[in-house]
Amino acid sequence: MKVKDIALDGVVRQNPVFKLVLGTCPALAVSTSLANAIGMGAAVIFVLMCSNILISLLRNVIPSKVRIPAFIMIIATFVTVVILVFEKFLPDLYDSLGMFLPLIVVNCLILARAEAFASVNKVGAAALDGLFMGIGFTLALSVMAFIRELLGTGCLFGVQLWDFSIGIFASSAGGFLVYGLLIAAFVAGSNAVSKKQKQKQAAAEKAAKLQVAQAVAASEAEVK
Amino acid sequence: MEVIALFVAAVFTNNFILVQTVGICPFLGVSKKTESALGMGVAVTFVMVLASLFTYAINQWVLVTLEIEFMQTIVFIFVIASLVQMLEMILKKVSPSLYASLGVYLPLITTNCAILGIAQANLTAVSNLFMAVLNGAFAGLGFTLAIFLMSGIREKLDKVDVPRPFKGFPITLITACFMAMAFGVFA
Repeated sequence: MKVKDIALDGVVRQNPVFKLVLGTCPALAVSTSLANAIGMGAAVIFVLMCSNILISLLRNVIPSKVRIPAFIMIIATFVTVVILVFEKFLPDLYDSLGMFLPLIVVNCLILARAEAFASVNKVGAAALDGLFMGIGFTLALSVMAFIRELLGTGCLFGVQLWDFSIGIFASSAGGFLVYGLLIAAFVAGSNAVSKKQKQKQAAAEKAAKLQVAQAVAASEAEVK
Repeated sequence: MEVIALFVAAVFTNNFILVQTVGICPFLGVSKKTESALGMGVAVTFVMVLASLFTYAINQWVLVTLEIEFMQTIVFIFVIASLVQMLEMILKKVSPSLYASLGVYLPLITTNCAILGIAQANLTAVSNLFMAVLNGAFAGLGFTLAIFLMSGIREKLDKVDVPRPFKGFPITLITACFMAMAFGVFA
């Protein structure tokens, strides 16, 4: 599998938040501010890459019957690393992410990638998949956080831009609303793109047919 | 009095799904039919009570005593996974009919944020084992209430003409937005 394919799949075509609808709990809970979203994204990228690499290395060793508990234990270990690092070096972020930092263990995105990709692919591909899926997750969270922080509090990265704010966007209801609208926009966008590609393909086929017909007509004229 | 406050907080003002946005996966995935939503709700409540009991007890009497609180995440998820596995085996043996109705939801519950969420929330929200178990039961009740209400709305939504990009998840999330606003009133 090519690097470009893995990158495009992770960030756009199979975007974990908007397309696969995985990791919804942190997406809704942490997207109240951009700083939180990026901190959460960084934690998820780290855990996802490490767990993908280790699971890919151990894919022939772990018996398939106990693979899910084994995956969860591996993920929990890396999450503990993240928790300890955040607690020591980023105490503010640690406080504002709160319970959602340990909850990375049960983030379906990480288990889903372990099960669907890392356990059947080579180490290099698994590491790249973890990286780009993590980036896709972070980007999606940042888009949601940008909208919610700007409209909900009138701030960006905690810096006050104006006094205008719509409180609902800062609450969980606003999270559901923004998430729903963004998925709908993503679906509409990808539908439009695939329609365009189909039209292009159809046009190309038509042109090819026309060329063949012209060639046939020309050769017939020559024969005459 | 403390119990009533805990009840109102867990079911309404701090509803796990609609206010804290924990446990969204089953909320979106298993809320198409009222029957399966109720099954999921009962299964989650059951596991939440047991998980609260075991994780709180183990934390209090093992992890804190040995001063290894940093192992919390790993130990909790291990306890929850084994608990669900054991529950599945016991149900299969003791009550096949209950297993038939709840069994399909059990494997999903291990990776449900709501269970690990209640274990984590109990660390700060309650002061003793009894309250932890109660908190688990009430949070499960709140979960069941939210998923049950949602399934009722979704059964009606199936018959409505929704714009094409909004079909499926988006319209469900926007419905959840209005439900969250309604629950927000309690706060």
